[in-house]
Amino acid sequence: MGMSRYFRPPVLSWRFVSVWRRNFLVWRKLAIPALLGNLADPAFYMLGLGYGLGGLLPEVNGASYIAFLAAGTLCYSTMNSASFEALYSGFSRMHVQKTWEAILNTPLILDDVLLGELVWTMTKSLMSGLAILIIIWVMGLYSSFALSLWAIPVIILMGFCFTGMALVVNAVSPSYDFFMYYFTLAVTPMVLLGGVFYPVDQLPPFLQQASAALPLTHAIDLVRPLMLGRVPSGIVKHVLVLAAYGGFGYYLALALTRRRLLK
Amino acid sequence: MALLNAQGLRKKYGNQEVVAGIDLNVNPGECFGLIGPNGAGKTTTLRLLLGLTEPDGGSIEMLGEPVPARAREARMKVGIVPQMDNLDPDFSVRENLLIYGRYFGHSDADIARRIPDLLAFAGLETRADAKVQALSGGMQRRLTLARALVNDPQLIFLDEPTTGLDPQARHMIWQRLRALLNQGKTIVLTTHFMEEAERLCDRLVILDRGRIIATGTPRGLIEHHIEPHVVEVFGEGTDNWAENHGKALCQRTERVGETLFCYTQDSKAVIQQICRDPDLRYLGRPASLEDVFLKLTGRDLRD
Repeated sequence: MGMSRYFRPPVLSWRFVSVWRRNFLVWRKLAIPALLGNLADPAFYMLGLGYGLGGLLPEVNGASYIAFLAAGTLCYSTMNSASFEALYSGFSRMHVQKTWEAILNTPLILDDVLLGELVWTMTKSLMSGLAILIIIWVMGLYSSFALSLWAIPVIILMGFCFTGMALVVNAVSPSYDFFMYYFTLAVTPMVLLGGVFYPVDQLPPFLQQASAALPLTHAIDLVRPLMLGRVPSGIVKHVLVLAAYGGFGYYLALALTRRRLLK
Repeated sequence: MALLNAQGLRKKYGNQEVVAGIDLNVNPGECFGLIGPNGAGKTTTLRLLLGLTEPDGGSIEMLGEPVPARAREARMKVGIVPQMDNLDPDFSVRENLLIYGRYFGHSDADIARRIPDLLAFAGLETRADAKVQALSGGMQRRLTLARALVNDPQLIFLDEPTTGLDPQARHMIWQRLRALLNQGKTIVLTTHFMEEAERLCDRLVILDRGRIIATGTPRGLIEHHIEPHVVEVFGEGTDNWAENHGKALCQRTERVGETLFCYTQDSKAVIQQICRDPDLRYLGRPASLEDVFLKLTGRDLRD
């Protein structure tokens, strides 16, 4: 009894697809502004900083600054998209609109709902990551097209990782305001310490150590070499870190959401 | 064979036993009421019956399936109207029905075939493409009811279905529920409108502090617990009248604020006596389920 029953292993069922389809139908109604947000915002950052700041900088890691920044932007944008969808949109479906409660009155169970939310959020972050990848292709900010394609599975894995983490925060949030803690204490440090804008080895050693514990760092360590035409080193480690954050996050999120809604 | 059977149901939150040993069964084709003051355990009982939370004790069988072990299978043939509307605000009326039908695994074509009937049932034929937000409260409630029927359920749960509705909308819902009963559906209803329970329910239980304190038909409960007539007396000198005449003429009297409630076998004699005193006013009426409810659960506020 007590907490242990909430930690039962996830039940996996294809019924989650109807939850995904519900979210997709909502998205389709607002697809144009949504796509614009996926594309325009990170693109302006990348172009503005890439050319504006890049003009002042010599080559970074053997590439132009904008090419260096492109890989970071891809990861940053994927993470942001997963975090915003799982937190703000997920919370409004769970808590404000009570959509999840409506779904739980059907043959679906909470495990189906959360799995549907996970796969949907991964879908949305995949769209964001792909949007940046397409800009990279169009602008020729890659060295080997074949290697750049490997960024796609990394984007999917990042979606899993950052959705799992964000769903934990969603599960314990009393209100939207609570998300500020996550963005301030987790997302911002990842962006600034993870190597989005500059190489991590520019940081003092203790910040480099902190950086190594953050999943975004590992994502960037995979994507940046792929964009610059190299096979990443330490692939297994990076993949395991991302998978572990996502897997533990998702499992904990499921248990905490069960406690929240199935009391 | 009962469609729904629960034995010895218990549920505790912290130290408080919200459901403290409930037995009930619901027979095919009946409207079964679960009534009680706020905090009596109605909603928790409902959540237990639906398999949305695990009991600390007791067993449940719904439509032949053990709950919560096979609640998913049991809910295939159950429709649920929650207390608060949770329609999808991003969708039109038609889309709400379509999306909900998908959760039951129905194909889009099957759902599309059912939608005209559901819209007609809810009186929303002309609003099929309206956004939910554009609907009145009564329309939203009817849509929630139609949504609960998308899987053609045998058993329908309604948690306070008419709370917050105006009388027109409330009567419309009652009429729809009677139509469902005429089709042979089984209904489980929670409410704290006694009038609603009295009109709709074949059988009901009164819940208080997590226990069933009375069970029966609305008529039976009234006959068993209350004298057939109630005269409410107010005005200057009510106390004197109660002392001099009320006690002799009524089986039971109760003073609540400015009003004296007289429960009696013979309201004529009481009213004749009241009419002799020009300072007194009165309201005579047959005893209702509300009188039973207040007698059994008391008049204290439950906040």
